[in-house]
Formats: sequence, structure tokens, C-alpha cells
Amino acid sequence: MKLFLKVWRQSDRNDEGRFETHTLDEVSEDSSFLEMMDQLNEQLLEEGTEPVVFDHDCREGICGMCSLTINGHPHGTENSTTTCQLHMRKFEDGDTITIEPFRARAFPVVKDLVVDRSAFDSITQAGGFITVRTGSAPDGNALPVPKNDSDRAMDAAACIGCGACVASCKNASAMLFTSAKAGHLNMLPQGQAEKDKRVLAMVSAMDEAGFGNCRNFGECSAACPKDISLDYIAKLNRDHIKAKIKSVFA
Amino acid sequence: MNLDSKIPEGPIADKWDNHRFSSKLVNPANKRKYKIIVVGSGLAGGSAAATLGELGYNVDCFCYQDSPRRAHSIAAQGGINAAKNYQNDGDSVHRLFYDTVKGGDFRSREANVYRLAQVSTNIIDQCVAQGVPFAREYGGLLANRSFGGAQVSRTFYARGQTGQQLLLGAYSALSRQISSGQVKMHTREEMLDIVVVDGHAKGIISRNLTTGETNAWTADAVLLCTGGYGNVYYLSTNAIGCNVTATFRAYRRGAGFANPCFTQIHPTCIPVAGDHQSKLTLMSESLRNDGRVWVPKKAEDASKHPNDIPESDRDYYLERKYPSFGNLAPRDISSRSAKEACDEGRGVGPGGRGVYLDFSDSITRLGESAIRERYGNLFQMYERITGENAYQRPMRIYPAIHYTMGGLWVDYNLMTTIPGCFALGEANFSDHGANRLGASALMQGLSDGYFVIPYTIGDYLAKAGAGAISPDSAEVKEVMESVRERVDQLISSKGKRSSRSYHKELGQIMWEYAGMARNEKGLNKAIGQIQDLRDDFNKNLLVPGSGDNLNAELERAGRVRDFLDFGELLCRDALERNESCGGHFREEHQTEDGEALRDDENFAHAAVWEYDSDDKIPSRHQEKLTYDNVKLAVRSYK
Ligand SMILES: Cc1cc2nc3c(=O)[nH]c(=O)nc-3n(C[C@H](O)[C@H](O)[C@H](O)COP(=O)(O)OP(=O)(O)OC[C@H]3O[C@@H](n4cnc5c(N)ncnc54)[C@H](O)[C@@H]3O)c2cc1C
Ligand code: SF4
Ligand code: FES
Repeated sequence: MKLFLKVWRQSDRNDEGRFETHTLDEVSEDSSFLEMMDQLNEQLLEEGTEPVVFDHDCREGICGMCSLTINGHPHGTENSTTTCQLHMRKFEDGDTITIEPFRARAFPVVKDLVVDRSAFDSITQAGGFITVRTGSAPDGNALPVPKNDSDRAMDAAACIGCGACVASCKNASAMLFTSAKAGHLNMLPQGQAEKDKRVLAMVSAMDEAGFGNCRNFGECSAACPKDISLDYIAKLNRDHIKAKIKSVFA
Repeated sequence: MNLDSKIPEGPIADKWDNHRFSSKLVNPANKRKYKIIVVGSGLAGGSAAATLGELGYNVDCFCYQDSPRRAHSIAAQGGINAAKNYQNDGDSVHRLFYDTVKGGDFRSREANVYRLAQVSTNIIDQCVAQGVPFAREYGGLLANRSFGGAQVSRTFYARGQTGQQLLLGAYSALSRQISSGQVKMHTREEMLDIVVVDGHAKGIISRNLTTGETNAWTADAVLLCTGGYGNVYYLSTNAIGCNVTATFRAYRRGAGFANPCFTQIHPTCIPVAGDHQSKLTLMSESLRNDGRVWVPKKAEDASKHPNDIPESDRDYYLERKYPSFGNLAPRDISSRSAKEACDEGRGVGPGGRGVYLDFSDSITRLGESAIRERYGNLFQMYERITGENAYQRPMRIYPAIHYTMGGLWVDYNLMTTIPGCFALGEANFSDHGANRLGASALMQGLSDGYFVIPYTIGDYLAKAGAGAISPDSAEVKEVMESVRERVDQLISSKGKRSSRSYHKELGQIMWEYAGMARNEKGLNKAIGQIQDLRDDFNKNLLVPGSGDNLNAELERAGRVRDFLDFGELLCRDALERNESCGGHFREEHQTEDGEALRDDENFAHAAVWEYDSDDKIPSRHQEKLTYDNVKLAVRSYK
């Protein structure tokens, strides 16, 4: 198939950036979106221009590295699909496709389609862990965990840290990501001891990193390739209020 | 080359205990005087960096991705083994040890494997305490599943995302250390060389992938936890960035490289669809429980719609050749059989490189909903990639490169032949011999990082004493200069061909001659072709842009350059290992029925390669392997 691509180019963080238009012929409908980008880059090389840089690694929907906004939608419009899992048979011959980076204040552009998502790491560093020294753990079966709780923790833990939730939100809020991480740990008995501390620390790290407020638009969950539910946001809000109140009386 | 494996004295079950007792310790107050570099943030590197930081060492950790959480360990699906015997089905440390040695076709080191089996149980405890949401039974206790090569249920799992959950566990422990300042994390920073001073590893040189800066880092020890080299085949189940650069550069500076020809091929991957293909996707092996593998009997039927080929014209070749194991024949055997069928022109799908995995019998027997319940997510993944509905027509599968057992040679302490340079996880030549059992790589990565290195590194550090050299010292500058030259040379290559096209061609050579089946003639041919390709690369490579910012083409060019050298080494190793064992199948050495024929008399050793110079063939050394606790036996799956 033949495609018309409008691709965002930006040389660095301070550059204003602009769209560039390219025509790509003979794209196989079996190729993935990123393989189509590879093909574009090989063509640009032949034409003597610099290829477009974009983030990617596993190319199977799990590392969370790929991050394109396709026709205005982070990871495109397919449900439960990352950019790397999107295949060209979902497009039509002759389509024009707009390709931009994930856009958010807390995710500055590094170059072209690559953004800096290290703010997510700082949220995790603030409290996204259970303090347990290596070698100090009791037997794995010492503490039974109800299957239902464990399954719900796993639903939240499935988050791949891609940032599509932030990119899709009008306020560029990181609530879905933060609530998924906090929810995973807060739902397990192992995570109880540090629950309040964790919630307060992660939320304030999120605010400090420059993410916007959550206004319950729900765009995040719709864009999330791992279908992380809005319920976790509600849970984080409840846990946060409780922790705040306790901290006042402590 | 000194290949003293440093296996501790005593009965096998006591070796690790004895060793820990006799190792020197660094006293807690002194730990902060030591600096340790950890390259890699996967299961091996992440767990090592977190634990060493926790102990009080000053750690610098590196990865090429934008976050440590994205290391390729994240992609592991199936599970992790541990000798917990929670199922009360007869498992034990000794059984896990035995299965691993046998599964590795008797080419691994007994003492290491035993230790791995011993600490496997601690890993599960640790991960549970971190909050890894392993699958559970209704009573709230941990669930298990069974995996290939074992008769017990010892595999722990978190849905189809075990690697992700274990890595997020290690990443959370690492994050805690980063926030406390004990570990400094350097993302998008690629190690390009190692600094060796007076024979000891003292630092690394890296390139900041965002700014293009070349940086020097010094320390008292360097840990390479940089994963496997499966991407030397271009198409593999590895992530695009997986590379051999870190370990290969250490090899060039004196670290012995062991068994590079031991590579593992996974039989159930989605076949190549066309020239655009950039990677291959694994489909869980569990599919073979309910699917039947077949190809048409006649080559002329290969292009027909599968549903138009009558039962009598189908060849269920695994069931025919291995009546007792049938569709569940081990990974290497089913992979080779698929290749044979395709070589005979009976392969199906694009390029004739695929075989059918047919669920129609199971669907008739159990109903579509039962199959959907078992494998729904896999069928969905298959449809996303191929656009085909596997409930209605058989899946197409083909083997692909998946894991590499070879790696840097290490002694019992995980130290390479360069003192102070350690290798962990898939990067070392590991505990898997010539073939790794499913669910054992995750176990090894975490064992190395959480439970082995924290002890063994202390012994080295206590003896060597603290004293990281200055990054400005002459020895460091010299290596830094050579790295700069190498990068400059790449960036000034303004020829005609992209690094990707070289990588692709290298992959084709490797897959053709050093893939599922190898022979002397082919391997010699491959070596010649790789040398020619490398010459061409040096003359005609095209790297656009500059070296002072994010330049993915430059990154790839550097990795491909090392793969070109390494591919030759792999072929050489395959050539010299004149036997068949595990994942290494030499056509000259097979039984009348086409089964692998080991030669224990001449090859019960690890082959360790020592680099000399670019114009000299590297020398091959041997670490003799002895088996005192397991009897050497022939694997049979008839
Ligand atoms: C699709 C797939 C499924 C699998 N499923 C299973 C399974 O079910 N069970 C099982 O036991 N095993 C499985 N494996 C194997 C297992 O996942 C790996 O062997 C293991 O995770 C490797 O861990 P590692 O820490 O050694 O390396 P990796 O996780 O690959 O980490 C390598 C690290 O090194 C860094 N790095 C690499 N090169 C450089 C450099 N030059 N400079 C700086 N940093 C660098 C990377 O950034 C990364 O952080 C699977 C493998 C694949 C590919
Ligand atoms: S919550 Fe969903 S969209 Fe947000 S980072 Fe996690 S996986 Fe990505
Ligand atoms: S490249 Fe890993 S999730 Fe897309």
C-alpha cells in the first residue's frame, strides 16, 4: 500500500519542531507500524536525509518503550494495543497518517518522536516499592494471599509504564500510572506496612514532576494499552485522603 | 588462560555453605569505600545493583533504555523454576539439579548448577515479599505449573508476564536504592569498552546516547549483566537493542568467551512474513499440548489452503517420528524436524518457511470455548500479527533463535578471566550447558544477582582492597581515546549501505549455516562470507548525521560491527565442537534416526576462546567438566 506520512521532526528539546511530509510506497500490510517506520528510515537514508528517531525495544507490547501519537491518539486507535503491536492492515491504501511524540509537559521531547519519561521513574523511587532486604524474606507460603486480591494486584501490575495515559489526558495527569503502581502494592498484605507513606510520597512526587491534576475525564484508561481501570484512581484517592487524615493526627 | 573454576571442596550439597564460610568479608563500615559498576538492569543487573547498594557499596548502574524497567527480561512469559516442592510431587534441590544438568546435555558445571537449585527457593520468598503477584490457588497459596524437561510442577508464574513481574520487583528494589542515593542510575548510556589496569577491571567507557558524550567511569569491580547475543541472527525473539557489545569488548580485553555456539532455538514462533520483518514473536510452548503439527505430504500441496488438504495427504511428522512424545518432543528436536520438512519443499506460508499447528481436533473434542479459555490471548496475539483466525485455520509456526547459553566464562564466583570483572545472567556461559530448560533463565538471573554475587564479590574486594582509580588517569584516557576513534570512524562512514542491511545479511548467513543444523562445509563457508561482509561494511557503511546527539543509526552500526566479529567466533566454535549436543547439532554427528550424537570422550568440556589480535585466529582453551553426582546418559525421546 501507499501512505502519506506527516511526521514530527524536532532536533532537540529547545527546537520548535515541525511536521515533515513523506510518501511511502509498497508498504506490506503484514508489517507492524514500527516496521513501516523502519522502511521510512531506510528510504530517508537513501535520499540522504537523517532518519526519524523513535523509541522502541521489545516490539511485542511489554517493555513500554514505544510511544507514538498516531492520528492524534497515543498508540493509535486500536484497543489494548501498543504502537509496536499495531499492524498496517488496520490502515487503508492512500491513507495520510500523522505521527507525533507523546505530548505532555512532564515528558519533554528529546529528539523527533522520542520523549523523556524519567518522571515516571521518580514517582516509583518515591515509594513504589516494599522495603525488604535481600535474604530477609519469610517462606513464600507463610502468608496466604486471597486469590482475588492477588489477581487484582496483578491487573494493576500489568502497567508497562508507557505514558499513554499522560499523553491522552487534557491535563497531562499521571494518576492512572501512579494509581496502578500504588494499587498493586497497597492491595497486597505485604504492602500494608508502608501503605500510607507510599501513597503520600508517590502523589507528591507526581505533583513535583509537573504532571497535571486528575479531573476524571477517563481518557487515560481508554488509551491505556493494558486496560488499567479507572477504579485504581478512585482507590488511590481514597487511600490518599485516609493517609492525609492520619498524618494530621499522628 | 587461567581457567581455574575455583569449585569449593566438599560434598556437592555443602560446597556453597563451605564457600560462604571461607570467603573473606568486607566489614560493613568499609563497604562504602568500594565502588561497583553494574552494566545492565535486567533480572541479573537489577537484582545485583539493588542488593549491593543495600549492603552499602556505592553502585553505578547502566542501561541503554530510557528506564531500568525496560530490560529485555520484561518479555519473559512462561515462568520461573524453584525447588519448593509445594506440590508435594517429589521435587527437591537434587532433582532440579539433576534435571538441569541432564537438560543441558551434560555440558554444564555440576557445582554451579547445584548452587542454583539450592538458592532457587530463596528467590521465590524474596519476590513474594517484594509484592510480585504470582498466580495463587483459591486457598491463597502459590500455584505452580509444569514445564518442559521436568516431571514435577515447579514453575511459578504471573499470568503470561512472569518476566515483567519479576523485573518490576527487582526494579522496585533498585528504585529504593536509587532514592536513598546508594545506587546512581545512568539510563540511555551504552557501555562501549572496559578499562583494565594491571590485569584488573577498573572501569568502563560509555557513550551517552542522548548527548553523544563519551564518558569514563571507574570502580573497584565491574559487573556485566548485559543479556544474550541472540540478535547476531538478526531475527530473534530478543528486543531490538539486545547486543553483544559489552561482553565482546570484555573478550577483546582478555575475558575468555565460552561456548558461543550454544544457542537455543524455540520451536513455536510466528514465522517470518516478509522482508520487512524486524523481529520474531514467541508463542508459548504450551500450545503444543493441544495442537497437532503437520505439513502436506506432497510439496505441490504446500500452497493450497490447509482446509483443502485431506487428512490422508497430511504428514503429522512429529507423531510419526516420535510416537511416544509426539507433538511434545523437546525444543531442539521439534525445531529440526520443522526445518527438514521445509527443506523438502513442504513448508507452508510466505517463503515456505512454516509448519501448521492445528487445533481442529482439540476444538472438535473439547469445543472452541475450552480452547479459547486456555489459549485465547495467544490466538489473539497471533491474529494481531498475521491477520489469521486460528480457530478456523491452523496456525503457522516456525522455530526462531530465542536464548544463548554461551557467554563470558566465569568461575564459581562468577568472575571472568579478568580479575574484578564479573558476568551475571544470560551474559555469562551460565549453568545451562548446551541447552536451557524452560523457566530456568529467570531463576539464574535472580540467583546470580540476589544471592551469589553479594557473597562472592566481597571475597574479591576484601583481597584487592579499595581504591578506584581516577577517571583522568592515563590508562582510562587511553581506552577512552580508542572508543572515540571507533565512534568517529563509524560516524564518518558515508558509504551507501545502512547498518540494518548488513545486520540482515549477517543474520541470513548465521541462520543458514549456524542455525538449527550445522556442518563443516557450511560453517567454513559462513566464516568466509562473514569476513567478506565485514570488509564491505568497513568500506561501504552509511551512517547519517552526527555523533553529538541521539543517533539510532550510529548505535546500530556499532552493535552490528561487533556482531560481525562475534558471528565469526560463533561459527568457529561450532566448527571446532565436532559433536552434537543440546542446541548444537552437527549433521556429521547423528544416529541412524537423525538424533544428536554426543562425544563425551573428546568434548566433555567448556570451550573458552581467548582473543589475540584482529589478524590472528583466537585460541581455544578447555575447562574439563567432570560429573561425580550425575551419570552421563544419552537423552532419548522416542
Ligand atoms: C520472548 C522471551 C521469553 C522468555 N521467557 C522465559 C521464561 O518464561 N522463563 C525463563 O526462565 N526465561 C525466559 N526467557 C529468557 C530470559 O528472559 C532471559 O534470559 C533473561 O531475562 C536475561 O536476563 P538478563 O538480566 O541476563 O539480561 P536482560 O534482561 O536482557 O538485561 C540486559 C541489560 O543490559 C543492558 N545492556 C545491554 N547491553 C548494554 C550496553 N552495551 N551498555 C549498557 N547497558 C547494556 C540493557 O539495557 C539491560 O538493562 C525468555 C526470553 C525471551 C526473549
Ligand atoms: S497506566 Fe496504561 S497507559 Fe499509563 S503507563 Fe501504565 S500501561 Fe501505559
Ligand atoms: S516496543 Fe516494547 S512495548 Fe512497544
